[in-house]
Amino acid sequence: MATNVSAPGGRAASAPLLGHESEPTMFELSVSGRSSYQLRTTGVPATPLDQLVPAEHLSKGTVALAELSERDLVAHFTRLSHRQYSVDLGAYPLGSCTMKYNPKFCDAIAADPGLNTVHPGVPAELAQGWLELLVSLEEKLCVITGMSAATLQPAAGAAGELTGLLLMRAFHQSRRDVRNRVLIPDSAHGTNPASVTLGGYEVTTIPSNDRGLVDLEALKCSLGPDVAGIMLTNPNTVGLFEEEIIEIATAVHDVGGLLYYDGANLNAILGAVRPGDMGFDIVHMNLHKTFATPHGGGGPGAGPVAVSARLEEFLPGPRAVRGANGAYEWQRPAHSIGRVHGWHGNAMVLARALAYIDVHGGDGLTRVAQLAVLNANWLRKRIEKTLPAAYDRVCMHECVLSATKLKEAYGVRGLDVAKALLEEGFHAPTVYFPLIVDEALMFEPTETESPQTLEALAEALERIEQRAIADPDSLHRAPQTTPVSRVDEARAARHLVATEDAASR
Amino acid sequence: MADYLPHTNEEVDSMLGFLGMSSLEQLFDHIPAAVRLSGGLDLAPGQSEPDVADYFSRLTRANKGQSAALTCFAGAGAYDHEVPAVVKMLSSRSEFVTAYTPYQPEVAQGVLQAIFEYQTLVSRLSGLPIANASLYDGATALVEALNMAAGATGRQKMIVSTGVHPHWRQVARTFAAGTGHELVEVPLLDGRTQWESVDLADAAAIVASYPNYLGVLEDLAEAKRWGVEHDALFVVAADPVAAGVLKSAGEWGADVFVAEGQPFGTPLAFGGPYLGLFACRSEQVRRLPGRIVGETVDSNDRRAFVTTLRAREQDIRRERATSNVCTNQTLMAVTAAIQLGWLGTQGLREVATRCAQGAHYLFDEALKIDGVRATSTLPFFREFALRVPKKASDVLRAMCDDGVLGGLSVGELCQGFDPSIDDAENVMLVTVTERRTREQIDHYVDTLRKAVR
Repeated sequence: MATNVSAPGGRAASAPLLGHESEPTMFELSVSGRSSYQLRTTGVPATPLDQLVPAEHLSKGTVALAELSERDLVAHFTRLSHRQYSVDLGAYPLGSCTMKYNPKFCDAIAADPGLNTVHPGVPAELAQGWLELLVSLEEKLCVITGMSAATLQPAAGAAGELTGLLLMRAFHQSRRDVRNRVLIPDSAHGTNPASVTLGGYEVTTIPSNDRGLVDLEALKCSLGPDVAGIMLTNPNTVGLFEEEIIEIATAVHDVGGLLYYDGANLNAILGAVRPGDMGFDIVHMNLHKTFATPHGGGGPGAGPVAVSARLEEFLPGPRAVRGANGAYEWQRPAHSIGRVHGWHGNAMVLARALAYIDVHGGDGLTRVAQLAVLNANWLRKRIEKTLPAAYDRVCMHECVLSATKLKEAYGVRGLDVAKALLEEGFHAPTVYFPLIVDEALMFEPTETESPQTLEALAEALERIEQRAIADPDSLHRAPQTTPVSRVDEARAARHLVATEDAASR
Repeated sequence: MADYLPHTNEEVDSMLGFLGMSSLEQLFDHIPAAVRLSGGLDLAPGQSEPDVADYFSRLTRANKGQSAALTCFAGAGAYDHEVPAVVKMLSSRSEFVTAYTPYQPEVAQGVLQAIFEYQTLVSRLSGLPIANASLYDGATALVEALNMAAGATGRQKMIVSTGVHPHWRQVARTFAAGTGHELVEVPLLDGRTQWESVDLADAAAIVASYPNYLGVLEDLAEAKRWGVEHDALFVVAADPVAAGVLKSAGEWGADVFVAEGQPFGTPLAFGGPYLGLFACRSEQVRRLPGRIVGETVDSNDRRAFVTTLRAREQDIRRERATSNVCTNQTLMAVTAAIQLGWLGTQGLREVATRCAQGAHYLFDEALKIDGVRATSTLPFFREFALRVPKKASDVLRAMCDDGVLGGLSVGELCQGFDPSIDDAENVMLVTVTERRTREQIDHYVDTLRKAVR
């Protein structure tokens, strides 16, 4: 491509990162008598604690934390940060995770004291801005998904799934309809079956066909009056659109079941097709994926759940609504399943997502999906000689490639390729998922990576193939330039050291 | 429209050409036409960042309850603690903020080690040996504790003190619809849980709150005794700041400790993101929900950290997992580690002590007001309930006019859930943190006196 003349913006340095030295823990850095805290001068009478609280409640000892100077505290966490890959450092093509660039503007919005110093228990009239924000976000998420109403309480995708299943349960119960099974494709995320169990249902697994899609005939054979619903990701976890979705929806609805949409892959279809129009009754979204709120090293996320009109009365409450007089108020839906969060959900994540949606608008969100799909398809085709796609046709926002060829020819597995990619200055793709693909490598470039970065990623994979031919052992040892090399996971599990105190025992 | 998308039109055309396509729409041609969205999303067009910022400024001005306008004496699990610049700056480093779950430990040692340090801190505060890498919030941590108890005992009956935060009890009830757990709420009398008033036989868990939601410090020895007698897990829902000076959950004999971790460096933030602290005894480790980080070595025998005991988790165990939790609140856990690193051993004691001093000073002064009464004769720590001669929500509204967020109405907090206190509408919950000065407290007392008149 002509674009190759520009350097890739999304590749982190492949030389050893700054954080190559191991870092002591804060407890090892601790020196008795040091401190860094400073508190307000209050003038409150300093009555000794033992005159305020009876002795039987006071601890005999002292909880030992760490004792650090502020300077050492800063150095410690700054050095830890140097031992950490991040989206801000380089491309993160981790399939199923939508690790796109997180606009700094959205973080700045969330840092506003007008939002983040509001106590969650204040009466609605003191938080009108917050309630308007929640209503606006709910409305826009409903437009994007084609649904009627939503709860913003679930704190992450899995919390959204369980909320959705409890909505499903409440819906059937309200009709005195006893059902005990939920269908899940064999390609589903692990959270789906785990949530089904917690929702009080049994899992029935539906096989995929040789095109990587739900086997419609097998699905029909599994259907019956005891089926509460089906959980689907569309596009599915191999990055393919379930083209028979209308037939699937009809078949499930015909037996009285509901369709649950796992929104993990919503980024692929923004503005192109909506879950509500496909026949879904319940939809969860991962705002930390599709709407670019930062992942925080594994959270916080936010997993709002949108529903069709017939499920609205069951939504968790309280829910922010626009009142008759134009003021915003809290309302508990008529047959609410109850709270699913201690307060109103991960509010600051919700604020970031609304800022992201408003900046993009309908046109921008549509282009987000288009370029996400373009990037995934370009990469799939660009690298097909090295890593062929598991299903060789147009994919959506991610492509599942297979390292079977490298394994058979050189003994180099998908995991080795992933680890070698770390040495190349890229984050690894998702490996060995979905389970139905041998030596799966799932790449999701996202729309925010440039063609130059994708080309550099492809060239890095080609170099890894060359290493597989010339020196496969070096790939088994990879990575060596990262802060640590491959870790002994078996030892971690066999001899659990989950705290400093266990370490010193 | 602001544009975070790098592609030039020429690049888009070139990439499409490589795929043998001529338009972006063609990428979606395989989606059945019957479900395609025609005409695009019915949303306003994108706006520039400054334009969107203007809209948000209007929203933030409409939040009359922000700290700059009202001095905060509200608590109930969300506290206005000091968060210094150093904690804000370190916890907003983009390496922590924009990382993913540490699935590739070779390039995630920063987050993994920070979580390991966090687990150590939670373990020490709880007095229990094992802590996980965080859960969504205190309420959902309680739900996970109940699930652990069901797994450990094979029983479904959960005995929960009504002293547990009403929102937590509501969340537990919501999720019990799926798990089938039977929740038995034990009433309070004079702020003390009346354990003997319910049938404790076949209990899977006995859950007490320390202090309870009305601020009362109950003697947990009785709850522990019942737990032992019925072979149930003893779960303590604790205030983690108070844990800096009070007897730890472990010292009371708890099997599981859960807490709302917001006081450790996270702003009030209208209720989230916060974090659920979770710790337990070693014998329950295989039932632990969520992630746990362990220490090990790399292939060059250097110290390394990695998520471990993975076989419990949903992506491996699927429908037989101990929990469905995947994404947790890692950034808040890292923040808590930084905040506790800043506070240190002495700082946490000092914060806890000052909270108690401020709360007792305010309590004593408030009781001098005609018509304002205590609701319990038992000791409290940093939060307490006051009975006022009018509707608490009216009193609090009047105090707002004088710049004071005077607390929360217990009636409104419970929203129909059993408050286990008479005339809850006339009771308000008041808290004091180390940030409140004597001047602010004296002003509080003046406004309260005026408001109840």
